[in-house]
Amino acid sequence: MTAIDSKPKMAAPLKAALRPATPKRTKLKGRLVVLAFMSPWLIGISVFFVYPLLATIFYSFTNFDLINDPTWAGFSNFVFMFTKDPLMWTAIGNTVWLTIAITVGRVGFGLLTAIVLSKIKRGSGVFRTLFYLPALAPPVAAALAFVFLLNPSTGPINQVLDLFGIDGPLWFNDPALAKPSLTVMALWSSGTVMVILLASLLDVPGELYEAAGLDGASGWKQFVHITLPSITPVLMFCIVNSVIVGLQFFTEAVVAGSVASGNASVAGSSETLGYPNNSTLTFPMWLYEQGFHQFHMGYASAMAIVLFLVSALFTVILVRRMRASGIGEEE
Amino acid sequence: MSTATKILAGPARRAPSRARQNALSWIGLHSVAIALAVAFIAPIVFIFLTSVMSDQQALTKNLWPTSWHWENFVEVFNKAPLIRYFLNSIMYAGLATIFMLASSIPVAYALARMKWRGRNLMFYLVIVAMMLPPQVMAVPMYVMWAKLGLTGTLWPLVIPNLFGDAFSIFLLRQFLITIPKSYSESARIDGASELGILTKVILPMAKPGIAAAALFSFLNAWNDYFGPLLYSGENPDNWTLSLGLASFRGAQQVQWNMTMTATVLVMMPVIILFFFAQKYFIEGIKFSGVKG
Repeated sequence: MTAIDSKPKMAAPLKAALRPATPKRTKLKGRLVVLAFMSPWLIGISVFFVYPLLATIFYSFTNFDLINDPTWAGFSNFVFMFTKDPLMWTAIGNTVWLTIAITVGRVGFGLLTAIVLSKIKRGSGVFRTLFYLPALAPPVAAALAFVFLLNPSTGPINQVLDLFGIDGPLWFNDPALAKPSLTVMALWSSGTVMVILLASLLDVPGELYEAAGLDGASGWKQFVHITLPSITPVLMFCIVNSVIVGLQFFTEAVVAGSVASGNASVAGSSETLGYPNNSTLTFPMWLYEQGFHQFHMGYASAMAIVLFLVSALFTVILVRRMRASGIGEEE
Repeated sequence: MSTATKILAGPARRAPSRARQNALSWIGLHSVAIALAVAFIAPIVFIFLTSVMSDQQALTKNLWPTSWHWENFVEVFNKAPLIRYFLNSIMYAGLATIFMLASSIPVAYALARMKWRGRNLMFYLVIVAMMLPPQVMAVPMYVMWAKLGLTGTLWPLVIPNLFGDAFSIFLLRQFLITIPKSYSESARIDGASELGILTKVILPMAKPGIAAAALFSFLNAWNDYFGPLLYSGENPDNWTLSLGLASFRGAQQVQWNMTMTATVLVMMPVIILFFFAQKYFIEGIKFSGVKG
C-alpha cells in the first residue's frame, strides 16, 4: 500500500526511470548484465587462452631463445621434430603407451570398483571412502611413495612378494617395467573416475533391472543391455578425461624418474629425465626440457601445437557427443 | 500327485540353493571389496610405518618399526624449510580459491541461469579450456610473466584465477543448473535484479556447490607441480610443498624414513580436509561427471 501511495510524489525523472521498460530496453539491459557477469571469463579467455594460443602458433615458426627476438624459421621446427629429433619418437611412443594404459586402466578399473560398490548394501560408504582416499594424494607425494614401495631391495612390495617365494622385479629401475609401475600408480589414484561412474550406476532406474529380472535376463545380459547404455555418456566423459590425463602425464614421471635414479639432483633436471634409459620420457616432459632447460622455445612451441591438436581432437569428440545428447543445451 | 509334489518341491528345493547362491555372491563381493580396500590403503600404511622408523631400520627389510621414532616429525623440519614451503602452498591455494570464487560464480550464473545468444558456444569453450594440457600455453605465458618481472614468484599462478577458472566454472554451472527455475522467476516477478537474485536467492541455495568448487580449487593448487616448477622453480624462497618434496629426496640421499615423514606431512592436510568435507568432495565429483 505504501509503495503505491508514494508513487505520485516522485520526481519526474525518477518516474521515467521506473516506467515499465520497453522490450528493447529490457533486452539491451539484459545483454549488459550478461556482459558484466561474463566479463571475468571474457578477459580470462582472451589473455590466458586466445592470446597464448596465437602466440604459440607464431613462436612455432620461429627460433626463439627467450633472450633474443624470435627469428623466422618456417616449418623447420616441425620438420626437425618428426625427422631429426633423436628422442621425439621415444617421447611420442611413451606418451601413447601411457595414454592407452591409463585410459583402459582408469576406466576399466574404475568401472569394476564402482560396480562392486554399487552392489554392496551396508558399509558401502566406508569402502567408497577407502577407495577414493588415494585420489587426493598430491602427485609428488604419490610418486615418492611408490618409488619407495616398489624399490627393489627394501621396498615393501618386493618384501611381500618374497614371502610367496617370488623374486621381485626392479620396477622403476627396469626400462621395461617403469611405465607399468607408473600405470599401477595411476590406478591407485583413479578414485575420481570411480565416484563419477558409481553415481551414474546408481542413477540407472531400478525398474529396468526388475523388468529384465522377470524376463529372466542374466546378470551379464542386464549389464550389456541396461547398465552400459544408461551410463554411456558418463563413460564417454571418463574416457576423454583419462585420455587428457594421459596426454599431459608429467609430474609422476618426472619425480619417479628423478628419485629412482638416486641422483642427488633437483627433480625436473635434465640428467634424470626419463630414467631409466628414457623409458619414462613423455612428450610434455620433452617439451618442458626443450623449452625451459635448452631454451629452444620455438621448438617447444611447435611441440605444444602438436599436443594442442591431439587434445583438441578428443575434446571435440566429447563436445559433439554432449551436443548430440543435449547436455549443454539445457533451458 | 507327482505334479503336485513337483510343484511343491520345486520352489522348496530351489529356495535353499538360491539362498546359498546369494550367500556365496555376498561373500565373493565382500572379499573383492576387502581385497581392494587393502590394496588402496596398504601403500598409505607402509608410508606411515616407514615415517616413524629410525634411519638404520628404514634401510632394512623390516616392515614394522622395531621402535617408534615420533621425533622424526619434529626433526624433518630441520632437513628442509618445510614451514616456508607450507606457507607458500597455503598462499597459492588460498588466494587461488578466493580469486576463483569471486570471478567464477557470476560467470557460472550467466551460463546456467540467464538466457542469451552464444551461451552454449561459451559453455563449450569452457570445456575446451578445461581439457587443455597446461604445457600447451607454457611458452607464451612464461614469456608474458617474465616480461612483467613476475617469474620466480607465485603471482603467475594466482592472478589468472581472478579471471575465472575453467574447471570451477564448469562445476558451478553444473550445480547451478539443477536449482529449479521457479525460485529465480518468482524473485524476478517481484522486481529483483539479476545481481539480487544471484546474491539473495541462488547463493544461499548453492552453498554445497560452492563448497565443492572451493575444495577442488584448493586441492588442485595444493597438488600442482607443473605450475610452481615453471614459474617459481627458479626461486627456492617461493617453492611450494610439491616442489620442496620433489627435491627433498635429492638432498636426503638414503634417508627413506625422513622422505616418508615429509610425504606424510604433505598428504596430511588433504586427508584431514577430506574427512571434514567428504560430502562436498563426493557431490562435486558427481557433478563434474557431465550428467545426461
